[in-house]
Amino acid sequence: MTEILSWLPILLSGLKTTLSLTVGAALIACPVALIFGLARLSSHPSLYFPSACYIEIFRGTSALVQLFWFYYVLPHFGWRLDAFSAGVLVLGLNIGAYGAEVVRGAVQAVPREQYEAAQALNFSRRQTMTRIILPQAFVVMLPPAGNLMIELLKSTALVSMITLSELTFKGQMLRASTLKSTEIFAITLLIYFLLSLCISGAVRKLERYVSYTKV
Amino acid sequence: MYFRRSAKIGTLCLLHESLTVNEKIFDWAFAWSLLPKLLDALIITVSATILGMALAMALGLFWAVLRKSKQPVLHWTATTIVEFFRSTPLLVQVYFLFYVLPDAGLRLTPFQTGILALGIHYSAYLAEVYRAGIESVPKGQWEAARALNLSRSHTFKAIILPQALPPIIPALGNYLIAMFKDTPMLSAITVMELLQTAKIIGAETFRYTEPLTLVGILFLILSLISAKMIRFTEQRYGY
Repeated sequence: MTEILSWLPILLSGLKTTLSLTVGAALIACPVALIFGLARLSSHPSLYFPSACYIEIFRGTSALVQLFWFYYVLPHFGWRLDAFSAGVLVLGLNIGAYGAEVVRGAVQAVPREQYEAAQALNFSRRQTMTRIILPQAFVVMLPPAGNLMIELLKSTALVSMITLSELTFKGQMLRASTLKSTEIFAITLLIYFLLSLCISGAVRKLERYVSYTKV
Repeated sequence: MYFRRSAKIGTLCLLHESLTVNEKIFDWAFAWSLLPKLLDALIITVSATILGMALAMALGLFWAVLRKSKQPVLHWTATTIVEFFRSTPLLVQVYFLFYVLPDAGLRLTPFQTGILALGIHYSAYLAEVYRAGIESVPKGQWEAARALNLSRSHTFKAIILPQALPPIIPALGNYLIAMFKDTPMLSAITVMELLQTAKIIGAETFRYTEPLTLVGILFLILSLISAKMIRFTEQRYGY
């Protein structure tokens, strides 16, 4: 027991990196998802094509391959990233691509009549989007966005493979020095599990809040 | 005059240098020569995906049936296990199995461990898919089976599952692609799949650009093709 307690500071320092990765990537993913999700819906090819390409490329290749590519290949093109920035950028763009599809689905789920009513009331296109469509779409996108947040938390473990010492990396380090694999990985899994529970709990609270304030 | 000429030569040299560097940024001949090796690795990746999916489908059904159980203990155990597998990183699960199973006396090759990890992780997702499928079967089917005096397990096998499975085929396909894209994680336990092969090529030749880019392209092509195929099955079997 005391041994487990002695590991905790090390694991918790890794947890801090994991959390900042998650938050940083989420801060990239949210605007990216919104912009590319809406651009994908545009009928204008110069908006539609780039966003479709971005979404297909980031959804179609593996997150780990993207991570390696950004970390090992981009420096050849003269763009050097440290492990943390590469992790934040790749995870943000990866989850952002999935999020763009969520945004697209949610906006498409808003009934056509809403557009027509807004037009009848002489709302401009921008007003229709920000005042009528997005608030309704937001309610629909919340549950899948919450799932994506959990996916994001889980995929931060991948960044350990490009040598960033986050939670999984610290777990590996401790395993190498103590050889107590079962206990260390069980604790690591448990920490991730608790974090996921926190995220899903928070999202559920937000859902309830939004559905109260709605209408 | 002299200075001007030397400046000119200087820019020419620079231009030449940048051209040769440009040539080296992506060496097509080198990339082409890597293809056979990567295609061999692709076979490992694809077979890990297929075997992992087979395991996940069997295990997922098991969880789904357990969750349907009337016994609260069975129901809650299955629910907790599914939640746990779903909300922890696959990579850590891979490490767990890789390091803990030998301690427990079970010696598996890295490939087998990888399949086991993929199967267990995705079984939790598939349990949810099965549950949705089972719940989409109308209640009347259960009642009719009851009226015909079929046992619960017989009802499940003969009445419910045959109706629950076809609508979930597209969802299963989506998870197949997701699993395919997660196989690079097996490189962490030295399975010689695509990413691991690319890393080894990179370490041997000091060139990461071509192998890693090719791996990305291979993944992109295969997942785009499979996504097309799933859209086709959606039209055929979907809700």
